[in-house]
Amino acid sequence: MKTLIKTIAIGLSAFALSSSSLMAEDYPSRPIGVAVSYGAGGATDFQARIVTMVAGNKDILGQPIYIINKPGAGGRVGWNWFASEADKDGYTLSAYNIPHFIAQSIKGGVSYSADSFEPIANWGEDPAVVVVGKDSKFNSMEDLIKFAKENAGKVTTSGAGLFVGHHIAALQIEKACSCKLAYIPTKGGGAAAMKAVIAGDVMAGINNLSDAYRAEKAGNIKILGVADLKRNKEFLPDVPTLKEAGLDVDNSSVNYRGLMVPKGTPQAVIDKLAAQVPLMFKHKRVASKMSAGGSPMNIMTREEVQKMWAAREATLKELLKGL
Amino acid sequence: MEFLNHFGGVFEPISFMLLLVGTIGGLILGATPGLSPTMAVALLIPFTFQLAPTQGLILLGAAYTSTVAGGAVSAILLKIPGAPANIATSLDGFEMAKKGEGARALHLSFLSSGVGGIIGVLLLIFLTPLLAKWALAFGPSHLFWLAILGVTVIGSLDSKSFVKGLLSGCIGLWLSMIGYDDIQGAQRFIFSSSLTGGINIIPALIGLFAIPQVLDMFAKGRRNAEIETVQVPKQSIMDSARELGRSGRALSIGTIVGSIIGLIPGVGGQIAGLVAYDQSRKFSKHKKKFGTGHSEGVIAAESANNAMVGPSLVPLLTLSIPGSPTAAVLLGGLLIHGIFPGTDLFDNHPKVAWTFINSMLVGQVLMVIFGIYTATWAARIARAPQPIMAAAVMVLALFGSYSVQQSMSDVYIMLTLGVGMFFLEKFGFSAAPLVLGLILGPIAEANFIQGALISNAQNGPLEYFLTGPLNIFLVVLVIASVGYSFWTNMLEQKETTLEAGAKS
Repeated sequence: MKTLIKTIAIGLSAFALSSSSLMAEDYPSRPIGVAVSYGAGGATDFQARIVTMVAGNKDILGQPIYIINKPGAGGRVGWNWFASEADKDGYTLSAYNIPHFIAQSIKGGVSYSADSFEPIANWGEDPAVVVVGKDSKFNSMEDLIKFAKENAGKVTTSGAGLFVGHHIAALQIEKACSCKLAYIPTKGGGAAAMKAVIAGDVMAGINNLSDAYRAEKAGNIKILGVADLKRNKEFLPDVPTLKEAGLDVDNSSVNYRGLMVPKGTPQAVIDKLAAQVPLMFKHKRVASKMSAGGSPMNIMTREEVQKMWAAREATLKELLKGL
Repeated sequence: MEFLNHFGGVFEPISFMLLLVGTIGGLILGATPGLSPTMAVALLIPFTFQLAPTQGLILLGAAYTSTVAGGAVSAILLKIPGAPANIATSLDGFEMAKKGEGARALHLSFLSSGVGGIIGVLLLIFLTPLLAKWALAFGPSHLFWLAILGVTVIGSLDSKSFVKGLLSGCIGLWLSMIGYDDIQGAQRFIFSSSLTGGINIIPALIGLFAIPQVLDMFAKGRRNAEIETVQVPKQSIMDSARELGRSGRALSIGTIVGSIIGLIPGVGGQIAGLVAYDQSRKFSKHKKKFGTGHSEGVIAAESANNAMVGPSLVPLLTLSIPGSPTAAVLLGGLLIHGIFPGTDLFDNHPKVAWTFINSMLVGQVLMVIFGIYTATWAARIARAPQPIMAAAVMVLALFGSYSVQQSMSDVYIMLTLGVGMFFLEKFGFSAAPLVLGLILGPIAEANFIQGALISNAQNGPLEYFLTGPLNIFLVVLVIASVGYSFWTNMLEQKETTLEAGAKS
């Protein structure tokens, strides 16, 4: 009975819609690809595979989603491809990482900007955290900053690359303490940056909360602070925010992950995705797998993401002006 | 000895079935051109969503071991290395297959994979705490020197000419710079939009190795009225086993080099096979035979690339740091079940951890059995008429390059490199040094930049790169390796001038 009502409802709404959106009525009629601008096994890839696993359910999209990895140059390769070559028919989506792609577009040399894409919905929120090795002499942000002030440019600090969330956090910390760090971008993403901290190649590191949480549980590192507006209650209730530690750092470096389509995708397709995708992220199987893996979620609708993108773009333009 | 208590877990009906599925599936996926072990394991991840953690990991572990070995099949029979790990295998393996000894090459490759693989997993079981320290010992400066050590091997990897080997190595180093620089994001040598992503190693491998050979076959096909077909003699498995026993030196060099290099995060898997190949040639009594279809080459390369599998998981299982892309994918397979590698894994989920490790041990044995079983008829490919063979390899090459990231750019790059290599080969250059340059370039560069950045915050680059026992040890190895190449080269030149003198 339920399906019958649903069918009638769908039929009626189809009737009401103009012919141009008829295509959206069939949409999606085949599997949908999601391009991930990072390699298989990275945090974005791993989370994208989890949050899309129930796409094939009848009440979500009715078609499965598969992942295509297009890694390279901190995500630039994948997003360049997505902005210039991807089909605008709703069958090619991409995962976005904020602030990465906005910061990269501000620095230039890429063929996209925030205006090249249409957000669909946000699934994850992974704040940057400041970490040190387990045997480090630093036990708090205050220790670290005190040392950095006395030894300008001596605190080697690893992060996943240039103009990614980790780098933004480092820039904000430098601005807030008016001191100088030696930021060391690594090749190989957050995992390589974490290895550098654990092995003692660097004195400190900025990394994803999810990866740091795991490394701390394994007894390899200490987490000194979270670059967010509030503490993370679920995973790190005892770790203070940088604000609490006296540094004026907001949540600009928080790594937001979600799905987007290229500009020019039919509005009806965007609307359908914007309505269904949050349901997919909210699915209880998705939530349980994400929480098991230590990946914090924050589901935001298309409108909320649009606001967030605009706000990020403004703060990042300000922050990166002098560089 | 805790692992013995959990051996039963591997032989539970569902677990064992998954082990079989993973092994056979892995062999097939590994033999498919373009599907690297990382991709194959990533493809299986969704299936593990539905399985219990132990079972999921058994599937992934079995697939990992057997895809690495399966890559040897296409490397030997088609000259398409499935992954960087199999490059060295194709150097002698394909020459053997051309002579009709494909079955022998496959037998030897699976047997030595099995031996290397089992020793690698045993190292993982018994020496993990020790090995974890070793894996962490390599900082940017050491990885830089290690990559340079690899570069010094380039010249000697090409047995025909030292200078041409170095030259093609330089071409490879240059090719590796194309695209965005991974650390700073600068754009380099992007002549066409296809190159923005740089040169992906898998399409490059396919192009450099398979395409020149396809073109050769086409070029020959018309002229020879009678198309040459190869006789494939029967090869008994006992003969192969005996031959392996006689090649103890290549086998042990391969296994040792593979285990040591496999440990180093971010480097190991790609170069283990090539370094082992080069080392076992330097120590072999039959130096000249390498590259002409010599079984020791296959044995060294394959024992190395499977010996690497166990140790490459050490950083992941103990420190929760994935040391290779494949390990990163395996990490995902653990995380979806809420299991964190590291102390948590061994303390709170010992059954998961040990069953997984044991399954890789049993998986190696199954892999050898199925591999050898299929070898005999897989080797009959060599009897296919050359034009058909060339067409089939061409199709596989196109499919394989496209499937890596569903990108036509990769196909164009593959074809361009392939045609270029065809002409370079006419001038006596070979693909192996070029590929080594392509692999080592980014490792050397990224670690040099990182080391330089770190050293600027400390006491300067000289101290950072040249002090400390490990740095000095590696520098000495680099000097010794360069010296050795020069010395043997001089010696050979003397011989040839002497011979020339004797003739006149």
